[in-house]
Amino acid sequence: MATPKEVLVDPIFNNNPIALQVLGICSALAVTVNMSTTLVMCAAVIAVTTLSNTAVSLVRNRVPSSIRIIVQMTIIASLVIVVDQILQAVAYDISKSLSVFVGLIITNCIVMGRAEAFAMQNGPWLSALDGFGTALGYSVMLVAVALIREPLGSGTLLGFELLPRVADGGWYQANGMMLLAPSAFFIIGLFIWAIRVWKKDQIEEAEYEIEPNLQYKEAM
Amino acid sequence: MLEHYIGLFIRAVFIENMALTFFLGMCTFIAISKKVSTAIGLGIAVVVVLGITVPVNNLIFNNLLRDGALAWAGFPDVDLSFLGYLSYIGVIAAMVQILEMFLDRFVPFLYNALGVFLPLITVNCAILGASLFMIERDYTFAESTVFGLGAGVGWALAITALAGVREKLKYSDVPEGLRGLGITFIAVGLISLCFMSFGGIDI
Repeated sequence: MATPKEVLVDPIFNNNPIALQVLGICSALAVTVNMSTTLVMCAAVIAVTTLSNTAVSLVRNRVPSSIRIIVQMTIIASLVIVVDQILQAVAYDISKSLSVFVGLIITNCIVMGRAEAFAMQNGPWLSALDGFGTALGYSVMLVAVALIREPLGSGTLLGFELLPRVADGGWYQANGMMLLAPSAFFIIGLFIWAIRVWKKDQIEEAEYEIEPNLQYKEAM
Repeated sequence: MLEHYIGLFIRAVFIENMALTFFLGMCTFIAISKKVSTAIGLGIAVVVVLGITVPVNNLIFNNLLRDGALAWAGFPDVDLSFLGYLSYIGVIAAMVQILEMFLDRFVPFLYNALGVFLPLITVNCAILGASLFMIERDYTFAESTVFGLGAGVGWALAITALAGVREKLKYSDVPEGLRGLGITFIAVGLISLCFMSFGGIDI
């Protein structure tokens, strides 16, 4: 049985949803161009995952397994509607710039994945912690990506000028690629590399072993 | 008129590719792209489901949920658009289920080929994403059919391309930490960079 602390802290580096479990990449990459949308997105995902895990865990013994996916979907979709309505009321500009990605939290594999894999077997308190921890692991990754993309791409962080750009009379030549979609893939790929150099046990088995090159003498 | 639809289709396939410019359906995109044959199977399933669900969601939005859409039932000032997400995901789940039963009964060979992937498609962000884009851009019924098919073809094309790259990639000598997931991300990044060159096409 996992202790609450493990459940909460494990997903951040040891079992990161993005870097190891390949969950929730869909909506993650497109919102990391600037920090403010990233933070809002993270807050939304943390709220939805924690609450949905709790709710699913509370009803887990009363739901027949044949309709559990529909039940989970309904719970998640209702929570996302609430989050979306709150965002539109409180932070309309940011909710406009997130456009469809708030709605896509419904199909964010993190929410479904944790509801299915953890909340269906565990009590509400542990499930809430698991949801919170997993969403936190997701957020750490997103914030790290945004921390690279926003300053390098537009010289700002949360709208404040960090690196004065050439266009505004400063010295920093903005790197346009950081504003484009593919840069997020490169950054996450390199992050995965960094994490796996640090935590060797996450390295995947090679599917195909390459023979070392023959020495010249052996070849003859 | 026909030109307009062809333009919409091309735009959905190449310029606004679901997987490579909007990052939708990434989880399945990365998880099920190790072999070209399975990738093609999944791609076809996505085309079929998108081609059905986007127009159906369009009908539901325009006739039931939209502000004032219930006028025919005598409720001219009811706005149910906040129920959108719940209805779209419900439609998608139901459609996938119906499609699965239909294929099982009438087209068994296709059912066997797609079997495993069909339920997975419900939680594929590309499906819900296409419906949400359709609402946001306010497409008509015909436009949404074309857009749904185009988005599906684009996604299928992208996953097949990635699977092709990965089949070759496993024979290359990748640094230990980058093996598997890491190099896949970088490969997707490069493919998506290539797809950006379509962005200049003006239709």
